[in-house]
Amino acid sequence: MNRPMRIAAPLVFVALVLAAWQGAVTALQTPAYFLPGPVAVGRAMAEGAPLLIQSAWTTLRMALLALPLASAAACGLAVLLTLSRLADAAIRPVAIVIQVTPILAIAPLVSIWAGIDHPERAVIALAAVAAFFPIFSGAMTGLRSADPDLERLFDLYGASRAQRLRRLWLPSAVPYLLEGHRVAAGLAIVGAVVAEFVSGTGAAQGLAWRILEAGNRLQTAKVFAALFVLGLMGVAVHVVFQALEAGVLRRWRGR
Amino acid sequence: MTTVARLDAVEVDYPRGRALGPFDFRVEAGEIVALVGPSGCGKSTALRLLAGLEAPTLGGVVRAAGKGETAVVFQAPTLMPWASAVDNVALPLILHGAARDQARRSAADALARVRLQGAEGAKPAQLSGGMAMRVSIARALVTGPRLLLLDEPFAALDEITRRALADDLHGVWAVSRPAIVFVTHSVEEAAYMASRVVVMTPGPGRIAAEVMADGHLPRPDGYRASAPFRAVVEQVSAALMAAMESGA
Repeated sequence: MNRPMRIAAPLVFVALVLAAWQGAVTALQTPAYFLPGPVAVGRAMAEGAPLLIQSAWTTLRMALLALPLASAAACGLAVLLTLSRLADAAIRPVAIVIQVTPILAIAPLVSIWAGIDHPERAVIALAAVAAFFPIFSGAMTGLRSADPDLERLFDLYGASRAQRLRRLWLPSAVPYLLEGHRVAAGLAIVGAVVAEFVSGTGAAQGLAWRILEAGNRLQTAKVFAALFVLGLMGVAVHVVFQALEAGVLRRWRGR
Repeated sequence: MTTVARLDAVEVDYPRGRALGPFDFRVEAGEIVALVGPSGCGKSTALRLLAGLEAPTLGGVVRAAGKGETAVVFQAPTLMPWASAVDNVALPLILHGAARDQARRSAADALARVRLQGAEGAKPAQLSGGMAMRVSIARALVTGPRLLLLDEPFAALDEITRRALADDLHGVWAVSRPAIVFVTHSVEEAAYMASRVVVMTPGPGRIAAEVMADGHLPRPDGYRASAPFRAVVEQVSAALMAAMESGA
């Protein structure tokens, strides 16, 4: 499929869905609190634009602050577990327990530890937890993905573990790390929104707050407006990280 | 002549069965030996024993060439995809603690020896299969090894590239004369490359026959069409055929 088609196809599809949606809402005369039409949602987006953009930035900022924290922790832990079999045996099962625990379930704890006056810290921490695992598992897989013949070559030349880590394992892990970070960026946004639902963000109100507020007031068009902004933000982050991944991979491979 | 490496009645057993042996083998300084045998006869296992990358289940391995003096070329070029040709070749020196600049200078020299000057900055993905294998050979040569082990290095290449690389390998051998053990399943390649051809039985590999090939290396032009070459090829083929029949 050529490039214009690839870009046009989803746009046409969305336009068709919106048209059908508007048609159904008009024909069935559904009440606005139950299901507003896309025109009403568009109006809510336009009217609420400054507030929505501000809230989107708040959510995005917390997600983007969480990402390097998650990255440092995940990569650091993965390197430690790769270097030490004992640490691997001791820590990996614990990591799995944390992985299968829903973020929602640990949110109250994190809120308490972050302090009642710093809900944004809790949100960043929870977003970091959400972003941690894709990076961690990518790093664990990547650090063990080196060509076995290259490992033999390093054996032959008597390489130390530090030399192996620096010259073989870490470079071999690059494609896995890039993919992990792309997935993690999306999850950090999800994590930030979920965390805000639970912890709030205090004075700095994110998109989750907009959704809650509008929902409580039965302003359904505003709920949709915030959801659309959230969706757009997710897509934008995905596109940026995908481009970043492709660019770095091109350099890594030399083409 | 001094023996560079020797396998004394070695046997290698894997969980799925015996892979090699009992097998006696030695390689003298400066000679090129080809190991020929059917797939799964333990040629690669014998090579790993000679490299010190594996220990035998039984028997002894004597290696006069130490770890730093042994180099291996695998069937695939086995290059680091993220590193340029010169950095790939410099790797053994870097691992031995050489300074980066010195290592890269030596690596550039080694690349020139395999006729790859100008390709220093290219990454493996930008190289053809034959060029990538040349980089791999340059990496093996960069430490000035006394023992060079090649595990079916040309198996994935087309015939013309194989022939060019065979002559290139003779060319670099003529300069520093390392002992070379060359594993292949091509009878012609064995007869062309080596001054001595060791024929192995199907797995578990043992020595079926030893054929002395023409000792004049590098080969003159037109050697492949010469009667002595054809005679060695026929001799090795017959030995291989006999070994396969006795094993089957």
